[in-house]
Amino acid sequence: MSAAQWRRAMNTGAGRNAWSRPPRAPAASTAAIASVPDQAPAGFGAAVADALRAIGPRHVIVLLAVLVYPWVATPFFTYQIGGQAMALGLIALSLTFLGGYGGMVSLAQMSIAGLAGYMVAIVGVAGEAQGGASSLGWPWWIAVPIAIAIATLFATFTGWLSVRTEGIYTIMITLAIGVSFFYLVQQNYSIFGGHEGFNQVHAPMVFDIDFNKAVPYYYLALFWALAGYFFIKYLLRAPFGVALQGVRENARRMNALGFDVTAHRIAAYTVAGVLAAIGGVLMAWYNGRISPGSVGVGPMLDILIIAVLGGMRHPIGPFIGAILFVVVQNFAIDVIARERFNLVIGIVFLSIVLFSPDGLLGLWGYVRTHLAPGGVQPNRLSWRVGQTRRAPARTDNGGVQADR
Amino acid sequence: MNRMRLSNWFWLAVIAIPLAVFVVWASVTNPRQFVSTLLNGVTLAALYFLVASGFTLVFGLMRNVNLAHGSLYLFGAYMGWVVGDATDDWFLAVAVGFASAALVGFLLQVSIFRFMQGQELRQTMVTIGLSIVLADLMLWWFGGEIYSFDPPRAIFKSIPMIVVGKYPTYRIVVLAIAIVIGLVLWWFLNRTKVGMMIRAGVDDRQMLAASGVNVQRVFAITFAIGAGLAGLAGVIGGTALSVSPGEDTRYLMASLVVVIVGGMGSIPGAAVGALLIGLAEQFGLAYAPTYGVVFTFLIMVLVLAFRPTGILGRRSA
Repeated sequence: MSAAQWRRAMNTGAGRNAWSRPPRAPAASTAAIASVPDQAPAGFGAAVADALRAIGPRHVIVLLAVLVYPWVATPFFTYQIGGQAMALGLIALSLTFLGGYGGMVSLAQMSIAGLAGYMVAIVGVAGEAQGGASSLGWPWWIAVPIAIAIATLFATFTGWLSVRTEGIYTIMITLAIGVSFFYLVQQNYSIFGGHEGFNQVHAPMVFDIDFNKAVPYYYLALFWALAGYFFIKYLLRAPFGVALQGVRENARRMNALGFDVTAHRIAAYTVAGVLAAIGGVLMAWYNGRISPGSVGVGPMLDILIIAVLGGMRHPIGPFIGAILFVVVQNFAIDVIARERFNLVIGIVFLSIVLFSPDGLLGLWGYVRTHLAPGGVQPNRLSWRVGQTRRAPARTDNGGVQADR
Repeated sequence: MNRMRLSNWFWLAVIAIPLAVFVVWASVTNPRQFVSTLLNGVTLAALYFLVASGFTLVFGLMRNVNLAHGSLYLFGAYMGWVVGDATDDWFLAVAVGFASAALVGFLLQVSIFRFMQGQELRQTMVTIGLSIVLADLMLWWFGGEIYSFDPPRAIFKSIPMIVVGKYPTYRIVVLAIAIVIGLVLWWFLNRTKVGMMIRAGVDDRQMLAASGVNVQRVFAITFAIGAGLAGLAGVIGGTALSVSPGEDTRYLMASLVVVIVGGMGSIPGAAVGALLIGLAEQFGLAYAPTYGVVFTFLIMVLVLAFRPTGILGRRSA
């Protein structure tokens, strides 16, 4: 065995040239794993108690702000900015969960969301599509669960395929899967309606509430965004979430500890698939249509941009990223021509990746550490995962612990 | 490794027998269509090989998944078109396509990527950002129009061919260029000093650096060649089809799939992958038009299921 092979064998978890980096603090990761038994048996009740204890003024302020928002904002701001940001943020949250906590950056999340949107149109009610594809016209309470189930299945399949390879390959394979899906829906007229896709994909009327209206839609999207956010927060402290983070940190060691690494990874794809699917249904309702344009390379990258923009170190990141993204998307027209939106967002994305790998959250952490009067130690974000502090923020690998 | 299990042979048979049946059926019922599809597939594969070889070369050495590879393809094509339009010299256009993309690749490596060595994911993110910015800048400058090249008459006619009768010369020329480029790459990697350094770097970067080689220079050269190959393919592919926005995604996708199937970082793997994907795409298009892309996807799934590192990929990855 050559030195290189040996090094790789011993260190697959620590990256290719781990020896050129300072070793990561083992204490933190061990503590994270060791603390599972303390929390796990206590179950949901304890988690709620912990969550209540952890509530600070900023949480209350943010919650009040998002609840009051539609009453002070115009319908345009409520729907186009607020509603869209929540739905996009939910899809991006699935990527943050996969990428930030599972170490697997998947570009196919938008395809999963798109499939859910397509299924809502195909199984549920939608306008007649070009080329003979027609929807079954089933009521929404059948169509939506079916759509989410099928999309989740697709997500699991994507995961099953891409966990066979590691790290950087994941991004390539998920991109290839996503683009294949795009070409499939574009070329297939009999099921997916080809180039035009489906029109008139509307949110349902429930108890006389029309969810196509700005305020109801906003609250619907907000509800699911909050549900997704708190679900992920909870999951990250549950044994599964902690084990997943262990897999991200060092798959080989977790394997040695008796965890089924592959199963954890695939399950992470499934969980992320559910979130993306819900987001996808919301996006289809938001747009009122679903077409290949919604699942092309552009939208796939948009999700990555949103997640990276906000920062992948905390589940709030994707929502911050989504708000910024949607605001830039809508107001780039005032600064520079509308067609140049991609240029603006591309440059923003590039500068974030180049200068603040942890996204806006990383920037915020940086500002805090440098403005706080002698208080906070440098290089430590205050975002916590459960009760255990994360290892010191390593800002040298794109904000995501990609190496395994 | 040494036990080629029975199940492997079983799966091979599951794939090979229907394929053989299809080949016999297609060549008996309509030999003309079959042969022309075969030729189309092989020549498309040649083009894919040109694009993917640069991608896999860069990946093999630097572990840099250059998702801006498609943008470099398009950039080379546009630059080649500008020069070709001004001088009416197609060969000069090809050279400019190579040189301009190589220059951009060199600048990217020297000014950005060398500062994030070993941070694979961040490099990939940067290439994604670059591809968005580059695509939009090119759309801004060149607009949405479709550009086409004006190659010399001699290579744009048709030549006699068995069974099919006549076949476009240009497609054969593309095949020849791909073979020549493949041989030159082989010679460069196996018979020159820089090539040896690149191969040594693929095997063990740190050891190469430790033995006194200026790794940064090797990286810059490799990135320039890889990008240049994309630009060259841009002009050649642009002549075969046309140059328009959106081509970048198409060829990025092609090189991704080719490299995933063939094995990442392997030039022969790129050739095998290109052949498989090119043939699958053309046969899909000819025999099952709406599901053409499904074949490509199926090949990728099958390869990943049985050989996660690609057909000729190496285990270490």
